Amino acid sequence: MTAPLQRPRRKNPVVKTRHPTLPPWTRSRVALGMTAAAAEGRFELQRCARCSTVQYPPREACCRCLSEELPWVEIDGLGDLISQTTLLHSHDLYFRERVPWRLGMVRLDAGPTVVVHLHGDVTAPPARVRVACKLDKAGMAVLVGFPQEDVPNMADDRQLREFTCDPKFRRVFVTDGKTATGQAVVRALAAAGADLIWVGHAEPWKMVPGLVELQALPQVTLLPLDVTDPRSIKEIASQVGPKVDILVNTAEYHRAYGISTRAGTDIARMEMDVNYLGLLRLAQEFGPVMKARGADGQSSAVAWVNLLSIFALSNFPAHGTYSASKAAALSLAQCLRAEMKPAGVRVINVFPGPIDDEWNQLLPPPKLAPQAVATAIVAALRDGVEDVYPGDVAQEWRTRLKESAKAFERELAAGSGT
Amino acid sequence: MTSRRRADYRGVAVAVPVTIPYVRYSTKSAHWWIARALAGLLEGAGLSKADVDGVCVSGFLLFPDTAVGLMQHLGVTPRWLDHIPMGGNSGVVALRRAARAVQAGDAEVVACLAGDTNHVDSFRQTVASFSQFARDAVYPYGSGGPNASFAFLTDYVMRTTGITRADYGKLCVAQRTNALSFPHALFKKPLTLEEYLSARPIAEPLHLFDCVMPCAGAEAFLVTTEERAQALGLPYARVLGTIERHNAYPEDPIQYRGGWAMDRDDLYAQAGVGPEDIDLVQVYDDYPVISAMQLEDLGFCAKGEVQAFIRSHTFTNDGSFPLNTSGGQLSVGQAGAAGGYLGLVEALRQLTGRPLGVAVPDAEHALVSGFGMINYDRGLCSGAAVLARGSVA
Repeated sequence: MTAPLQRPRRKNPVVKTRHPTLPPWTRSRVALGMTAAAAEGRFELQRCARCSTVQYPPREACCRCLSEELPWVEIDGLGDLISQTTLLHSHDLYFRERVPWRLGMVRLDAGPTVVVHLHGDVTAPPARVRVACKLDKAGMAVLVGFPQEDVPNMADDRQLREFTCDPKFRRVFVTDGKTATGQAVVRALAAAGADLIWVGHAEPWKMVPGLVELQALPQVTLLPLDVTDPRSIKEIASQVGPKVDILVNTAEYHRAYGISTRAGTDIARMEMDVNYLGLLRLAQEFGPVMKARGADGQSSAVAWVNLLSIFALSNFPAHGTYSASKAAALSLAQCLRAEMKPAGVRVINVFPGPIDDEWNQLLPPPKLAPQAVATAIVAALRDGVEDVYPGDVAQEWRTRLKESAKAFERELAAGSGT
Repeated sequence: MTSRRRADYRGVAVAVPVTIPYVRYSTKSAHWWIARALAGLLEGAGLSKADVDGVCVSGFLLFPDTAVGLMQHLGVTPRWLDHIPMGGNSGVVALRRAARAVQAGDAEVVACLAGDTNHVDSFRQTVASFSQFARDAVYPYGSGGPNASFAFLTDYVMRTTGITRADYGKLCVAQRTNALSFPHALFKKPLTLEEYLSARPIAEPLHLFDCVMPCAGAEAFLVTTEERAQALGLPYARVLGTIERHNAYPEDPIQYRGGWAMDRDDLYAQAGVGPEDIDLVQVYDDYPVISAMQLEDLGFCAKGEVQAFIRSHTFTNDGSFPLNTSGGQLSVGQAGAAGGYLGLVEALRQLTGRPLGVAVPDAEHALVSGFGMINYDRGLCSGAAVLARGSVA
């Protein structure tokens, strides 16, 4: 059984911080289909549309009937562990630093045999296992074999923690603790075992409900932070930046206007200043120092979470300028993801539907409770996914966009969407 | 299965076994090693480049060249050319292709060449980019290379059949004994079973002496007509039968048997001899588990009973069931694609009465087996040839 994770000891200042290394990230284009599903936490393989053969590794043709129609379908991952090994030698720098490393061969009930990273709690073969698809440090899909039934401390497995960003014993920076969502995120992280939580709050002379209670949590330290003020960000980054393992950017500015419902650009400018430029400023100050700590022992810098909006994916005209600022933030988040990749720091984008707060007052339910957003963020960190669409509205948007982005644009223009 | 009877290999001679002494690391290129092999072949045959009208080449590290570019590199103008990227199966397949070319008259003197270099970092690079499936579905899992793949197989076979590490160790130790008299083997010291068992683990259950050592080297042989071989005064072997198979048993969840099991009846039927008539065997031995599998699948013992077979033979050149008589790759070293030629070239030496080490007494028939190309979870190519003593002139 996995030994429970211990609180990491203070870092020895004499020991050099290791450079981050990555597992091999080269993949064929067709194999990236697995990564697309793993980014959202699903295990998908190609299943032939003609003969239903499930195949692996991914191919350009069905290995049974040569059909080219190979849709990706979700696989339950159940199978038999038929063989195992533990590597004590590796040709690759990343694994060389991490041996011993346990691997298995699993015959999936769905058909193919897969090579997997093997969780320490899986018993020796023959054994039933559940295979899941995770993103590794390089952001690429890999298969992991788990015990069929959950066991205590499963998440603390040394190998598994290479694929996840569990907040347990980690130090987190939440950029804005003044919003209902920001506060829910802080409470959820504390409940998930985060060691230290720094919480930014702009305009510290203004108290808002809940902030006092938040401050009373033993893990929490409030820090004055205004993401529109470069000097403020620089100051906080120099103070806590080198200790942050997970950054959650909850700072956002949200008003309900389109183009013609508000004269001038002052609101739009504020939305861009917080939602887009705020992310840019944070990334410039915190990005490099987090990248330097991508392989800093048990509690390395592991994740950067962006609170975006489902409105980033298609403009919601009633909140038109807000949608545009979130679309800009999404684009920048992709840039950040590319730049954080060499350090193995995961960029997680969260796309909630309308949150049940004052700025969405006039939108009809269903609306997402701030607590639900917080739960989704902690789950994303624990599962190691990188794109999250919490809530029924977000899920419906995803489906309708996939079916026809143009048709959905027309429907949104006609007042549909939430 | 075809019902048409396969033609025999009458009239074909295999001659001039050449080994360019191996080194652990080389700063030369694969081209250099293959050039040396061709030069050795011409010298051994008493021929000039112009006499060679067919060439067959294998080498992982020729890239970006293929056999075509190599012809300009070496200044050879053959009328028949083949490039066989089949790793450990290259020797048997080169023999098959060349023999048919000679029989059909497309070429009369075919130089079969295999060689590779080994720079300090070339093995890692070869493993990292070996195949699309390896890149997508194996290398990201620990990057253990073939060690991991064969560790899975060894773990499976040990658990399901009861074969032990000591059984595998006996094969490795016997091969080391054979290697001690073979001047080109990179391993020169005797190996004891205790040393084998206590060697450091590499990928459980594999330990150090289960794994071949990558090195640089080259091998070559000549395929021609018996008339031409006799005219040149070359001792030669005849080809009695051959087989090859690719992607055998794709439905097997793990590779507990290879293509030999599909084709061995065909092999012995064509050869007109059976396993009991074979005097020496050269199996492809990148790991002992695969050597043992070949002994089963080629019919020397029943499936799942190889441990009893191992316990009842010495596998030494002067003992019972001489196996990998030059020491095999486990003791000579694995020189890339030349590893697929090692057994064939050694069998030729024994059959033509010119061994470099201890001779197998009265060697009339040899079986050479090939295995190659771990693409994803298994080796895809298998092959075998039965050779007979021809003229020892």
